[in-house]
Amino acid sequence: MELLTLRKKVKSDNNTSSVMTTTNEIETTVEKKETSRVRMEARNLTIKYGTNVAVRNLSMPIYNEKVTALVGPSGCGKTTFLRSLNRMHDLTKSASITGEVLLDGNDIYDPKVNPVTIRRKIGMVFQKPTPFPTMSIYDNVVAGLKLVGIRDRKLLNEVCEIALTQAALFDEVKDRLNAPGGSLSGGQQQRLSIARALAIKPEVILMDEPTSSLDPKSTMKIEDLIVELKKKYSIVIVTHNLAQAARISDYSAFMYLGDLVEYGKTKKIFQNPEDKRTEEYLTGKFG
Amino acid sequence: MKDTTKEILERPLHGVYRWWGDKLFLTISVILGLSIIALAFAMAWVLFKESSLALNEFGVVGFLKGRVWDPGVNFVFGALPFLFGTMVTSVGALAIAFFPAIAIGIFVGEYAPKWLGAIIENLIHLIAAIPSVVVGIWGIFVFAPWMREKVYMPVFMWAADHAPSLLPIVGTPIGYGMTTATIILALMIIPYTTALTRDAIRQVPKEQREAAYALGATKWEVIRMAVLPYARGGILSGAILSFGRAIGETMAVAMLIGNKNTFPFSIFGPAATMPSVIINEFREAVGNLHLSSLMAIGLALFVISLIVNLIAAFIIRKYSITGGQAV
Repeated sequence: MELLTLRKKVKSDNNTSSVMTTTNEIETTVEKKETSRVRMEARNLTIKYGTNVAVRNLSMPIYNEKVTALVGPSGCGKTTFLRSLNRMHDLTKSASITGEVLLDGNDIYDPKVNPVTIRRKIGMVFQKPTPFPTMSIYDNVVAGLKLVGIRDRKLLNEVCEIALTQAALFDEVKDRLNAPGGSLSGGQQQRLSIARALAIKPEVILMDEPTSSLDPKSTMKIEDLIVELKKKYSIVIVTHNLAQAARISDYSAFMYLGDLVEYGKTKKIFQNPEDKRTEEYLTGKFG
Repeated sequence: MKDTTKEILERPLHGVYRWWGDKLFLTISVILGLSIIALAFAMAWVLFKESSLALNEFGVVGFLKGRVWDPGVNFVFGALPFLFGTMVTSVGALAIAFFPAIAIGIFVGEYAPKWLGAIIENLIHLIAAIPSVVVGIWGIFVFAPWMREKVYMPVFMWAADHAPSLLPIVGTPIGYGMTTATIILALMIIPYTTALTRDAIRQVPKEQREAAYALGATKWEVIRMAVLPYARGGILSGAILSFGRAIGETMAVAMLIGNKNTFPFSIFGPAATMPSVIINEFREAVGNLHLSSLMAIGLALFVISLIVNLIAAFIIRKYSITGGQAV
């Protein structure tokens, strides 16, 4: 009942202010008011490689303490979009970007903003586990802290334990923190990468197909971990695995050929997609 | 189209030709491959056989420890001056070349825009390909006189005025000597160390760099925490291989080191290395013992080069990183 009145209210708001309205947008607006606040937001984001458009005029919010999944066929721009969210994208030489990406209302592409500080606030986990092979497990976890000049052993030990515990790895490695990071199994290495990202206390965590190189058991562990982590962090995850998106995400965005085709609550996207392309992709007709 | 393919596939195989072709190629490869092993052993054997006269006369340890090299009067031969000369010039050259070479490698690999990096890389290869005799000529006509005027003489004069006791250590500032040879050697191995450093840096996977960037590392921090540790095996073994080149470098050193066979050497004064004494005395060696002693020095050089190469191989195995793991 309450929801209905709210929806009506939003509708009337939008009617007066000539903004394009779709039920989908109203839904998200409703949810924003209903549950959580917007942590990050992309506004009219266009990303090009040379003259090749990878992401076209994309706008979407990322909610706090929620998991947002980006799905779509290969080459749809989802990884490009993800990498634009913490300015990792800057490292690609031919790439150019227009539009805004807001973190708590501030544009991270503002010329005054240093990308290094952005990457400290928005952590990232990659497709392949990337422990630094010459460092011990311990040094891997605290690598980000040492970068900002923290040398206090007690503090480092504490953060290391907390990060490894959050990444559900501590019990497995607590007796060999000095062993090289490369000596762990693939799944453990990925959790180590997550612990390393958590150690610098990011506000948002971006994950680029974090389980695509892992076996089913490790995948399950990481998925449980993601669900656990969203209590504290906002998570954006790119995945090829639709079942995974359905299992762990609260919101889903379907991208196709650089366009954001559909965005909304995962349940809605999967059960009742509005766009034909979404439906066809989700039912396996292409992709 | 389809029919022709089918036709070709169904043609009778040229059985004899293909069988013999395989066999022939295999035989040639095996023979050529094995001949490398044979060649190495043959070289070692000839060196060993030819040097046996000297080694029997003075003993292996006695020869290596012998401080006197006297082919004129007493016919006593000891290799220590040349071992010492080779080690000091090579270690010195590596010490001078190491950090600049790594810095250049990092600049080319990480900082320089593509076009500039390509230019520098090609010039490095070009410099590496300059014949050492040309470097030697440049050293004789340009570098040695310049060093004598600007460095050796002032230092020598200062020592003469203020610390006469240092004069024997400083040595006669004639321009040709250990320091000149060491610096020229350093200039000659910088291209090798740089090229090998560049190669090692090139091998570092993109993921490692991005992982460091994602932690909020600056460019230099990325190089320090992700690039250099990953490339350390390649960089170190590259340095050691360059060291091996410095040990064996003959022409430029022989032209610039002054060629003095007697201990003790001084810093600026003339000295000799193992390759330089061989090339300088080989033609004039009349006595069998003299010739055999030069062979023995050649054998020692052979063994040292072998050891250096083995160390480089060991370092590559020990420190290189495969599949995300430090082995």
